[in-house]
Amino acid sequence: MQEHDMSWVRTEMVLAQPAPASVTGLGAWVRKNLIASTGDTILTIVGIALVAMILPQIINWAFINAVWTGPDRTVCATVAQGGIQPDGWTGACWAFVNAKFGQFMLGRYPIEERWRPILVAILFVALLVPMLMPKVPRKGLNAVLLFFVLPIVAFVLLVGGMFGLPHVETSLWGGLLVTLSLSFVGIAVSLPLGIVLALGRRSKMPIIKTLCVVFIETVRGIPLITVLFFASVMLPLFLPEGVSFDKFLRALIGVSLFAAAYMAEVVRGGLQAIPKGQYEGADSLGLGYWQKMYFIVMPQALKLVIPGIVNTFIGMFKDTSLVIIISMFDLLGIVKQNFSDANWATAQTARSGLIFAAFVFWLFCFGMSRYSMYTERRLDTGHKR
Amino acid sequence: MKHIAIGILGAATLGLMASAASAATLDTVKAKGFIQCGVSTGLAGFSAPDDKGDWQGIDADFCRAVAAAVFGDGSRVKFTPLSAKERFTALQSGEIDILSRNTTWTINRDTALGLNFIGVTYYDGQGFMINAKKLPGVNSALQLSGAAVCVQSGTTTELNLADYFKANKMEYNPVVFEKLEEVNAAYDAGRCDVYTTDQSGLYGIRLTLGSPADHVVLPEIISKEPLGPAVRQGDDQWYHIVKWTYFALLQAEELGITKANVDEMKNSASPEIKRVLGQEADTKIGTDLGVSNDWVVNIVKAVGNYGEMFERNVGSGSPLKIARGINALWTKGGLQYAPPIR
Amino acid sequence: MASQDVLREEPSRGSFINDPKIRGIFFQVLVVVLLVAGVWWIAHNVIDNLTRLRIASGFGFLKGRAGFDISESAIAYSSDSTYGRAILVGLLNTVIVAIVGIITATIIGFVIGIGRLSKNWLIRKICTVYVEVFRNIPPLLVIFFWYSGVLAVLPAPRDSINLPFGSFLNQRGFYFPRAVWGDGSWLIFVALLVGIAMAWFVARKARQRQMATGQQFPVFWTSAALIVGLPLLAYALSGFPLSFDYPKQSTFNLTGGFQVRPEFLSLYLALSCYTAAFIAEIVRAGIRGVSAGQTEAAGALGLRSGSILRLVVVPQAMRIVIPPLTSQYLNLTKNSSLAIAIGYPDLTATAGTVLNQTGQAVEGVVIMMVIYLAISLLTSLVMNWFNAKMALVER
Repeated sequence: MQEHDMSWVRTEMVLAQPAPASVTGLGAWVRKNLIASTGDTILTIVGIALVAMILPQIINWAFINAVWTGPDRTVCATVAQGGIQPDGWTGACWAFVNAKFGQFMLGRYPIEERWRPILVAILFVALLVPMLMPKVPRKGLNAVLLFFVLPIVAFVLLVGGMFGLPHVETSLWGGLLVTLSLSFVGIAVSLPLGIVLALGRRSKMPIIKTLCVVFIETVRGIPLITVLFFASVMLPLFLPEGVSFDKFLRALIGVSLFAAAYMAEVVRGGLQAIPKGQYEGADSLGLGYWQKMYFIVMPQALKLVIPGIVNTFIGMFKDTSLVIIISMFDLLGIVKQNFSDANWATAQTARSGLIFAAFVFWLFCFGMSRYSMYTERRLDTGHKR
Repeated sequence: MKHIAIGILGAATLGLMASAASAATLDTVKAKGFIQCGVSTGLAGFSAPDDKGDWQGIDADFCRAVAAAVFGDGSRVKFTPLSAKERFTALQSGEIDILSRNTTWTINRDTALGLNFIGVTYYDGQGFMINAKKLPGVNSALQLSGAAVCVQSGTTTELNLADYFKANKMEYNPVVFEKLEEVNAAYDAGRCDVYTTDQSGLYGIRLTLGSPADHVVLPEIISKEPLGPAVRQGDDQWYHIVKWTYFALLQAEELGITKANVDEMKNSASPEIKRVLGQEADTKIGTDLGVSNDWVVNIVKAVGNYGEMFERNVGSGSPLKIARGINALWTKGGLQYAPPIR
Repeated sequence: MASQDVLREEPSRGSFINDPKIRGIFFQVLVVVLLVAGVWWIAHNVIDNLTRLRIASGFGFLKGRAGFDISESAIAYSSDSTYGRAILVGLLNTVIVAIVGIITATIIGFVIGIGRLSKNWLIRKICTVYVEVFRNIPPLLVIFFWYSGVLAVLPAPRDSINLPFGSFLNQRGFYFPRAVWGDGSWLIFVALLVGIAMAWFVARKARQRQMATGQQFPVFWTSAALIVGLPLLAYALSGFPLSFDYPKQSTFNLTGGFQVRPEFLSLYLALSCYTAAFIAEIVRAGIRGVSAGQTEAAGALGLRSGSILRLVVVPQAMRIVIPPLTSQYLNLTKNSSLAIAIGYPDLTATAGTVLNQTGQAVEGVVIMMVIYLAISLLTSLVMNWFNAKMALVER
């Protein structure tokens, strides 16, 4: 081979050339993503116009013109409205949010007792964060603490009346405290209840099946408000004379039952997606019904429906805002209640308060949905159908 | 997972479920150690939480008076804020022991709703309020044809409003909300031209508006609104305690017994005062009622007499500055009249 | 007896406690007994409570005089009408807001959903922001935002914002001229109906002809001409009977014209914006669910891009889209009950008022539940029928 000096065959690879300028760089990106065709260009221009119209206004209102601190309404009102701002001024009144922040978080929880919900919140975060991080070990212990110990500790701390803690009525609870405790209990109750209902709906026992179908379809057919009305107006008449539930507990029952019906349908979807062979395989191993469900079917089914489950959680988290209808003050309720405070009544108060509430809700819901996407990817063991 | 649910529900139920035997209200109240009192979600002068979250107002004080009669301690009351829609079921179901929530006494509520009104703690009438700055020419309710009227739903106010405009052949545009705060906010924002509710309420609400001076209450009173506390039917003992607490408040005012002089008055020469204050030898007035014999002393010590209660909450001692008017004692030309305590 | 002996002789199961069939029957009997006991207990308590407290019961109250007024009503209603009619008014209001909300939400949702798949980066991002914002906040908050944050701060009626065509916008709502139909205007409606019928007939014939011969017919333009042209012709023939009633200033409000109240407006806008975010996600999933091979194959057959979308992609995407779309429509209808928070007289609000005026809580809540269930079932039925029609016909 060596003697062929004059070779027309290349002995080494040509180095990779950089891509032509027309497909790399900013220009190409713009060409591809913004002005690929005439129609596209028009869309881009419309889009830019839209953004240019809205975005500066939002930034101006929420940041540049906003009032961050102040003692009362005068800082957020124009001169004509009896305040100190120049006429024609519009800006967010974050001073209102600032002044009412404690109430927005905890409602009318007595000030000297506020360390209690704050302590619960710290414990909750301290237990939840390691639970959510897959790398942290001792998940079992963590789960026991989060789902068994924390509720009891939180209950003792929040309600009080034991161990020398003064009793705090639930009618004094409010704000994010109510939103979160309703959601947490709702989630903890609705998932197992939903699983039981879903199993019941797929059961071969006709009576159980009928009952589950009737319950699920009835609850799914009516609005949550009606369920809450039911819980607040009708439930007391169902109980014997003299027995009554706390309003908070009634709302809890309403929200949990409501979410359970939706959860049942999500879980049922997962159950239906498990091939028959899995059930038969479990049967052939001699597993009983609950063993079969616990070891074989549920782990697969639940994994499949994680997005649905989280969506139901998100839905329930948002739905807790409806307790305002039965005069309980969750985050949205307490924000709205404070609009009528004459000390802070300005044209900007409602907007600022609502946007603050929206932001808090959004943070939680968005966080949950992102976490579910992450878990979905992590648990994806490649059994794509 | 199932265990979690059961655990939480169990704990919650144990803690929050207030269970009581189906015995007489007085016994259950004594057993739990406080009176559960249904109040409004916030109406200045009647029942509204102050900055510290303590409930103030005539309706709240009335519950304190009952607590004083039963326990000798006016602070043994817990308040449940109720919307107009919830108030009756709350009482019917036993969630509250007294409904003291600026509620109008009507025959329907006595007969079809299973309530027993104990009397009239405030004689009111429905009125109208407008923004005089925006509507300069209007000085009578008869000029309101075509107006948008803010009103709370599920109240007698809503019904009177419909009747009044119909009777006067006027058109109007109802803007109806569930809660008083929503009505206030809508009126303050200018969603409607007219606000209608009980006249006392209008004065209270005016204070909470952005610029109170702009708003005027029109002279017309279009209805009778006797506001009073109510209890459940079927428990005469409790009904009597609540009713006579009200009469005791009136009687104390009539006899000149006040919060300040009640202890001196115990030694009064007047046999009537002595009788009312339980200082008569071998008196059984209090014990027959089911409370202690010095119940009137306790009541007056806790909240004062009816006149003091009125002036402090809605009258000259309050921002509302409502005159006694027909709520004066019968001896001063008003309607408040108590049967004798003997 | 004989059968039991046979059972016992079966080798696998030991005692009959472990027989799943017998256990199943046992559980079911247990559940039924518990259920009956529970229902009996509740019924007993309710009856006991009602009689003890002497609360009236029964549905007779529906015939009583309502005595209160309702701000918005599609049918004749006054305070002299019955409670039953008041509930009916509420039901109609719910239906109205649900229908217009569903239509608007579907349109916005499809636009945003397709926008999220656009090749244009900016449009894609704008649509993503829209979806992520509205999906993650409670609908009630959106309603409040429109009501207290936007509509309540509009100017008072005196300083209304003037809009084209004699319309006004102020904090009392949106006012526009109302059409007043004069004599002979029935002719226009008849013409419209005839036009629609003829258009349908033409479309059918044209389709049959295309199936048989392959020849096409300009169905769209013909239909448009029929549906628009015939009523216009009738309008001209009957001597232009249409006039407009314009809103005018009066002491309190604008009078005349047609008023869309802020309560309705904010509920409608909020429900549409909120549900549209979910519909957008469904549409996106649906379109992405149609494999790229379908588009490419259609392209290979020589179809133009519009035709590909219309004939190949959308019909297949619709199959994926319709079931979740149904539940979104139901959600919107159920969410319309949030109207109560801003005083729009929907079913929940009017039934709630009736409940409160009569004090008959049990009956009131039962009526509400039954009506909502009926609406849900009806919507489900219609959408299932539509779904079956659109489903893949497998040969």
